Amino acid sequence: MRFLGFLARRVVGIVAVMIGVSVITFAISHVIPADPAVAALGDHATADQITAFRAEYHLDRPLAEQYLTYVGGLLHGDLGRSIRTRRAVADDLADSFPATLELSFAALLAAIAVGIPSGVWSAVFRGRLPDFVVRLLALIGGSIPVFWLGLIVIGLGYYQLGWFPGGGRIDLFVDPPPTRTGLFVVDSLLTGDLTALRSSLLHLVLPALTLGYFSTALIARMTRSSMLEVLGQDYIRTARAKGLRERVVIFRHGLRNALIPTVTIIGLTFGSLLSGAVLTETIFSWPGLGRYATASAVSLDFPAVLGVTLLAAVVYPLANLAVDVAYYWLDPRTQRG
Amino acid sequence: MADPAVGALRLRGVGQRAGAPVFANPLNVTALVLIGAFAICAVLAPIVAPYDPLAQALGSRLEPPSPQHWLGTDQLGRDIASRLLYGARISLVIGIVVVALAGIFGTLVGLVAGYAGGLVDETLMRVTEVFLAFPPLILAMAIAGALGPSLTNAIIAIAAVTWAVYARLTRGQLLSLRRREFVEAARAIGASRGRILARHLLPNALAPLMVQASFDMGAAIISAAGLSFIGFGAQPPTPEWGVMISEGRNFISTQLWLSLFPGLAILLAVGSFNVLGDGLRDLFDPRLRRAG
Repeated sequence: MRFLGFLARRVVGIVAVMIGVSVITFAISHVIPADPAVAALGDHATADQITAFRAEYHLDRPLAEQYLTYVGGLLHGDLGRSIRTRRAVADDLADSFPATLELSFAALLAAIAVGIPSGVWSAVFRGRLPDFVVRLLALIGGSIPVFWLGLIVIGLGYYQLGWFPGGGRIDLFVDPPPTRTGLFVVDSLLTGDLTALRSSLLHLVLPALTLGYFSTALIARMTRSSMLEVLGQDYIRTARAKGLRERVVIFRHGLRNALIPTVTIIGLTFGSLLSGAVLTETIFSWPGLGRYATASAVSLDFPAVLGVTLLAAVVYPLANLAVDVAYYWLDPRTQRG
Repeated sequence: MADPAVGALRLRGVGQRAGAPVFANPLNVTALVLIGAFAICAVLAPIVAPYDPLAQALGSRLEPPSPQHWLGTDQLGRDIASRLLYGARISLVIGIVVVALAGIFGTLVGLVAGYAGGLVDETLMRVTEVFLAFPPLILAMAIAGALGPSLTNAIIAIAAVTWAVYARLTRGQLLSLRRREFVEAARAIGASRGRILARHLLPNALAPLMVQASFDMGAAIISAAGLSFIGFGAQPPTPEWGVMISEGRNFISTQLWLSLFPGLAILLAVGSFNVLGDGLRDLFDPRLRRAG
């Protein structure tokens, strides 16, 4: 019950943040010095066309009324109509969000798979060469521009070695799997389409590694410092004293307890993954939210920009909520309250 | 006769107070040297740059690094080393202006919230939370897109997504400091609210703000380069590092150096500010040194 109450409070908090987010993005998109009607129709549009366009998108109404119309639509799942694609923003987002989700999950998986063992390794060999290497790589990961890394990775993995495709989600000559979840890897697994599976996995490697490097660095750093903290505790000395093998001491007694702060960082990196996805998707021609957001912002397509920002701003608190739920399972003390 | 063990202990204590272990770390020293070099390049760019960063020489396009052009030339024959040096100037200005704008505004909001308390605090913190919920680059892109693509607007956009952290940090510091004895003492001797805020609370709250500022110098440089790369920041032919990487994009398979060097410059500058931030944090909070 305590947990349900906590969950309810968090959900109310998320809704409050969403209202704030919608007000701010709405305000930003309506302080535009350039005219979205001119941006959409081009410089040669006639005054009549512009007037008709402004009426169609309610741009001729007072700001407060425009906002209320927008929020009213939101409550019915209507995010407005994109000026650029002329489609419902909700449909555009539904099309591009799975691509971003697939890329972010792949990046996060890679980051966890590499970051946690590196952090443990670094802590166990504290002050020696492996520690130095991991810390240097983590420092680079926290300071490297993701768009530059993407270019270098394409230059190496695609142009020089030719091991991986240079962009897109799937080979041009391979049919995408029938849509079930929108995640190509999952859909091709579900339908048993091995050609699509192979192609979509290969297309994921370079962008996921590029996007995941920053999170890998954060996770490795956090795992290292919490492992160092845990390995200095009395119960670790006790475990060693009673003759347990070092592997058991480190992984069962050490890592299990060191993982809690790491889980927090994993949740927090989700927000940075979304920001990183904007640039990574641009480099790898990945048809996700990031590319959609960039194209929309360039053409002053404010209903689309507003939709992306709203979606992004709800994903972040939801990721944090997922972390809190994970805590609940990981740390028995929180279950007792 | 003095006990040598006690002497050693005392020496170690003095060293820690002076921050000696922080500066004994070769990584920290390297970072400080690099930041110094970065600042000197930025200030002296017109003197040390061998060529005009905008001068085109179509006869010597896409030349690899050579004694004439240390880092080669780009697709318009412009000297990459000179463009990098002028780029350092732009990046340093971006970092300083973003941190100043966001730091001052955020700190003021945090001071007001922390000191006023009650409804004011509650309202300001909810607004801060909303700004923290945005993925920074997407919000910066929306702002830069709305204002129109330019370096100035990119700086405003980045500052607008950075201030909230300072507000939260300052408020947190204030809440823990205002109950401390030295603040009670100042209040007891009749110091005014403004004096307590400016002379007692703010100076003591500065340490974590400085650490954050160091990290944000790097973050601002990377964000501005990212915005320029996708067209929302500095515009060609400005020798900004993100613009340079973007311009070199089409030559990545044949003339890698066009994008390679500006990327390395960003990596070194941002890495140095991140190491400085870590070092400052260790300096201000010796408890963290154990884990480092």
